[in-house]
Amino acid sequence: MQPESDTTFSFAISTSIKLGRPSIRKIFTSQDNGNVTSYRTKVARNPTLERLQYNYLFPEISARELEHIKKYPNAKVISLGIGDTTEPLPDVVASSMANYAHSLSTRTGYRGYGAEQGSKELRKAIAETFYKDMGIKDTEVFVSDGAQCDISRLQLLFGSKMSIAVQDPIFPAYIDSSVIIGQAGDVEKESGSYKNIQYMKCEPENSFFPDLSKTGRTDVIFFCSPNNPTGHAASRQQLEQVVRFAQENGSIIVYDSAYAVYISDESPRSIYEIPGAEKVAIEVSSFSKIAGFTGVRLGWTVVPKELLYSNGFPVINDFNRIVCTCFNGASRIAQAGGLASLSKEGFKAVISLIDYYKENAEILLETFKSMGLRVYGGVNAPYLWVHFPGSNSWDVFGEILEKTHIITVPGSGFGPAGKEFIRVTAFGQRENILEASRRLRSFL
Amino acid sequence: MSAIHQILSTSISSSASAFIGGHTNLKSATKSSNFAVAGKISGVVKCVASAAEKTAYTTKVSRNENMAKLQAGYLFPEIARRRAAHMLKYPDAKVISLGIGDTTEPIPDVITSAMSKRSFALSTFDGYSGYGAEQGEKQLRAAIASTYYGDLGIQEDDIFVSDGAKSDISRLQVLFGSNVTMAVQDPSYPAYVDSSVILGQTGQFQKDVEKFENIEYMRCTPENGFFPDLSTVRRTDIIFFCSPNNPTGYSASREQLTKLVQFAKENGSIIVYDSAYAMYVSDDSPKSIFEIPGAKEVALEVSSFSKYAGFTGVRLGWTAIPKELLYSDGFPVAKDFNRIVCTCFNGASNVAQAGGLACVSAEGIKAMHEVVGFYKENTSIIVDTFNSLGFKVYGGKNAPYVWVHFPGQSSWEVFGEILEKTHVVTTPGSGFGPAGEGFIRVSAFGHRENVLEACRRFKQLYK
Repeated sequence: MQPESDTTFSFAISTSIKLGRPSIRKIFTSQDNGNVTSYRTKVARNPTLERLQYNYLFPEISARELEHIKKYPNAKVISLGIGDTTEPLPDVVASSMANYAHSLSTRTGYRGYGAEQGSKELRKAIAETFYKDMGIKDTEVFVSDGAQCDISRLQLLFGSKMSIAVQDPIFPAYIDSSVIIGQAGDVEKESGSYKNIQYMKCEPENSFFPDLSKTGRTDVIFFCSPNNPTGHAASRQQLEQVVRFAQENGSIIVYDSAYAVYISDESPRSIYEIPGAEKVAIEVSSFSKIAGFTGVRLGWTVVPKELLYSNGFPVINDFNRIVCTCFNGASRIAQAGGLASLSKEGFKAVISLIDYYKENAEILLETFKSMGLRVYGGVNAPYLWVHFPGSNSWDVFGEILEKTHIITVPGSGFGPAGKEFIRVTAFGQRENILEASRRLRSFL
Repeated sequence: MSAIHQILSTSISSSASAFIGGHTNLKSATKSSNFAVAGKISGVVKCVASAAEKTAYTTKVSRNENMAKLQAGYLFPEIARRRAAHMLKYPDAKVISLGIGDTTEPIPDVITSAMSKRSFALSTFDGYSGYGAEQGEKQLRAAIASTYYGDLGIQEDDIFVSDGAKSDISRLQVLFGSNVTMAVQDPSYPAYVDSSVILGQTGQFQKDVEKFENIEYMRCTPENGFFPDLSTVRRTDIIFFCSPNNPTGYSASREQLTKLVQFAKENGSIIVYDSAYAMYVSDDSPKSIFEIPGAKEVALEVSSFSKYAGFTGVRLGWTAIPKELLYSDGFPVAKDFNRIVCTCFNGASNVAQAGGLACVSAEGIKAMHEVVGFYKENTSIIVDTFNSLGFKVYGGKNAPYVWVHFPGQSSWEVFGEILEKTHVVTTPGSGFGPAGEGFIRVSAFGHRENVLEACRRFKQLYK
């Protein structure tokens, strides 16, 4: 589509029941700068970006929220959509960050560039806190500015020739980053699936654990547990299956354990609890949902030294090179906060925040159950996965929003297998969670 | 005959990469002196493989061939490694670092107190914020636009706040993809070339000329006044241009940048303009590519708070992409970059952004100018020193880098000699490209007494 004589676009989102997904209409603003066609460079747009079908999911949800607020300026919109933490940081964490920031204005305290892999102290603390007795060393921990960034850096590491498998439904960054880096191939417009991606369906029928016997071999297997969006935490037995599957196929697992601290039962909190995983798996995690660091930006990736490419070259060497070339370390202030959150006092405070969100999840779980709905998750993760059989999730999303002023996330945003589901997050202030519950109960 | 190697553990130093990449098999890796290995390596060569011996399990995943094209570790971790090795060798020597361009002076109070304030606020009900806009906080975007691009027509929504220029450069490469061709200055900041290799835009490294196939290297030497002869430059899709330049310190004139913009326009190319040192400009060289008419249709600009506010560890920068910058099909480059920023990034740290906002307040700008001024004085001292020793010295006027000529010598050897004899770390010019051979980059970041001491030692060595 060619722009008119001016170069500004604005996009409006309109719901389209037939498509089951908002179509993005282009509206050309009527600014007229005369008859001159705008100059264009001769640089071709990156074809991989053209293959992305929609905006990234969460900005789209934000846009819908804004639209709704404009439409109903007096409604108290409650956001149970984007998984954004709401509770203030523990004092001990905030003050460590404040003190660190202050020390940067002193001669003895000032520090410049940090190690790209993160401060030794923090790497050690992460290894000790989350990987005790699992044989993971501080030198295998790479501190980052968050899991979303790490996922893209991992895609850079892997390159465009990798084949990937993902759970369906799943946190969209794995697929989107795969498309962008050129792995995914063309999209099949009807299903919205990409030709080169293996989708491992996770649904009530298989208890949200994929049938690996139906999954073709891929180089990389993205696996998120506890799962965003379904909330399912894979059991030890299930993860043993995944590790075995990876071993048999010579694949690399990228294990996303960002929600491990929400686990309530015996489910493993790290892939490295499974023997042999250090030879087949990378693990990505984040302080976002642990310490409320969604805006502070801090996470980590573990690459065991035993993880080798087919020619014997250690994956960690190349990841280190990526980190040194495409990144310059997480903010030192964020790292100071991370360290404080893993201190005895800090971790205690952080766990009580997590418990707070888990209580929210319980409340919402009860609410949906009392409404007679089939609801999953909410026990080992701060997400509830609510089933509306036979429905189109964008329609349900729209209806809930219109009638209760609650933002959720339509399941199909996470993949085709999410079509009949709605994701509800448990992040929120207690009174909002209670208010949301009240509204939902009266909704049906 | 089967050779069985078993590497039991490899060690990675946390402050510097001890790796040299580019090894495609274990054999050469173990032979390399740059590969630090702790633990046992048993190389057992047998005519017949015994059932008792097992090779380490490997996945069946092929190594990304682009990573294999890289010749060595990234330049600066390598310098750090050499520095660390030198300090081990001479534990009593007072090693002075004028190598990696790392800031040393404390961040002004007005800026750190804003960051402290924001940190405390995050522990309060009213002050807590979660995810921020991926493009950056509105106020900060607006302030950057008005501070640096005031009357140049760059607006708030053209600014994308980041965790620094290095990350932005790679995100730009992800944006452009593997099918684009690029041109760089030679010498140049290594991240442009290395990220290009990683993205698969280049061919193999050609050892004889020390260049990657498919990259157009635009030579910048004393002979051409450190501005490339564009008539000899082939068309490429992307042109990376850094001014004031790292490492040569040269700041392109208005006339020269006009030529560059014209060149880009004629070729339909996109300029990625790195203006990270713009605040160091002392004369009337342009501080932004957007000072040049027509630049908005051919250029985007990357910058950083690192060298202005000492934010090298705090991590904050930005990229400005005009709405007028369009791909060949008319699609705005900013739209795709926005998608990258939303998908591959999640915003700069909110605390760092609070610091950034303080940086561009009236008081903050004044404070940044003081810090920059301090480093500029350092630069003068270094320039004077090398001048007085009879060297041909370049840069140092509009940038915190001094580019010293050692004609006919290997820059790594000169680097080694300076390190050995004066315990001062510099950076060998060839690390920045083949046209850097015969030069040493001396960075001017340092405590005044260290800079003075380093200069005393240079005078000793070269008197």
